[in-house]
Amino acid sequence: MYDRSSKLAAKGVLIEYWLHRSKTLFTAVKGVDLTVRPGEFLAIVGPSGCGKTTFLNAVDGLIPISEGSLTLDGREITKPGPDRAMVFQQPGLLPWRTVLGNVTFGVEAQGTMTKREATERATQQIELVGLKGFEDAYPLELSGGMQQRVNLARALLTDPEMLLLDEPFAALDAQTREMMQLELLKIWSQTRKTALFITHDIKEAIYLSDRVIVFTRRPGRVKNVLEIKLSRPRDLRVKRDPQFLTYEDEIWESIQEELAVPAERLIAGMPAA
Amino acid sequence: MSIQSWEPAAPTTTLDRPPAQERRSVVRPSRVKQFEPIVLGTLSVVIALTAWQLVANAGIYSILFLPGPWAVAQAFVKLFETSDIWLDIGTSGAELGIGYGMAIVIGLVIGLLMGWYTRFQYTLDPFVNFFYSTPRIVLIPLFIIWFGIDMPSKIAVIFLGALFPIIINTMAGVRNTEAALLRVARSFGASDALIFRRVVLPGSVPFILTGFRLGIGHALTGVVVAELIAARHGVGQLIAIAGQTFQTPKMLAGVLLIAGTGMLLTTILQRIENRFQAWRPQIR
Repeated sequence: MYDRSSKLAAKGVLIEYWLHRSKTLFTAVKGVDLTVRPGEFLAIVGPSGCGKTTFLNAVDGLIPISEGSLTLDGREITKPGPDRAMVFQQPGLLPWRTVLGNVTFGVEAQGTMTKREATERATQQIELVGLKGFEDAYPLELSGGMQQRVNLARALLTDPEMLLLDEPFAALDAQTREMMQLELLKIWSQTRKTALFITHDIKEAIYLSDRVIVFTRRPGRVKNVLEIKLSRPRDLRVKRDPQFLTYEDEIWESIQEELAVPAERLIAGMPAA
Repeated sequence: MSIQSWEPAAPTTTLDRPPAQERRSVVRPSRVKQFEPIVLGTLSVVIALTAWQLVANAGIYSILFLPGPWAVAQAFVKLFETSDIWLDIGTSGAELGIGYGMAIVIGLVIGLLMGWYTRFQYTLDPFVNFFYSTPRIVLIPLFIIWFGIDMPSKIAVIFLGALFPIIINTMAGVRNTEAALLRVARSFGASDALIFRRVVLPGSVPFILTGFRLGIGHALTGVVVAELIAARHGVGQLIAIAGQTFQTPKMLAGVLLIAGTGMLLTTILQRIENRFQAWRPQIR
């Protein structure tokens, strides 16, 4: 049954794939149950290598799931579609195209807009992400933060139902990252797209999200879900709010349990995770 | 209120100013630096030519053994006094144009197909490897048997000479497409055709042009060697006859013609390469 209160629904999702070199079956995530509400900003955090990026790739339709169901508005996800757009960790910009050419690449690939319409709306999008005046610059002339703005604008231009963000600020320096978080929230509050955000940065997850989901270590599944009841709009000072710090502690402890296998579990001979 | 309190803060000692040395780096390169490559390049050539002329003038060797640059230049001018030279240039030029042109078109198509379709690569790999590791000029005797001593046998050698570097480089270009770019394109639902045209092909351009440039070298080798072995007209044939009849200045003038052609074609391709690299930030 399709539940209207959820945009994205994952039920018992298992993702495994063959590692060609070692000829072994690799289980990335197992038994993932979660829903993303319409218009919600949801972040997934977890220990590195817990399969959170793999899960996001499955939501994008880039890799198939082995078991369970993954639905967007009640429709099974089988391949990439214009209803989703990904913001990648590596910007993945075409180096021979200008900022404008890269921003329009998404809609060009989807074939959903005429060239003139794409160019016109891309100009607005570029302004929205704060790159006005850089339309004709090439990616290699831009800083890492600016490249990620292009990456974001490219996804936004496709006007997706759902925005998927795969650690988009992980490669940026601390200051730039904070600025980008602030800007992302500003843009998100203007567009109110349902957003699924993957990160290993706990502060980032709390700061941006309505809810934070913690994944267990590999094979990943949902360990716990936290409602972030901080009022919006949020500025960067909220990161020093006592409530914020409480959330941070709670999530950090939850992740820490996953980092080190408790001694008694080892002795009891239980399988890791 | 004392005068000093509202006086603007000015450096009181010269030490406060950055040393002149450090300032220089922000000034645009001086004119001398700008012309350095041309000046030094010309100078080295002039010195080499002068040294060569001096040795030739010393009279230790006969002009048959070592003609000076002046004698070569005179022979070069003299080449163009008869109309025979145009037949030679025309013949070699046509061979080069047809052979190299075919190599570009066919090499590009095969290279792209081999890069894009793995099965196509597996199928053709043995042949490409065989020909790429064999100097194609060893096939000249065979081509003379098949096609005679006129243009077709030369075209075949030039074509095969240029074909394989173009195939190999084009294939490498396609294969070297960044995985991240492919992922982005797939994520936005791009069709294979669109990925090929908008991502793979533009990304391969530098590799393809490198292949073209390497191909020119092989093609020129093909022209000269094929004509040295057997031909009726052509610049290579001119060099061969001049050599066999001890007209050393004329022979070197022919060499000059070949070298000039090679340098000209390579420069043109280099220019085209630079045009396609406008997006790469300047290193200097």
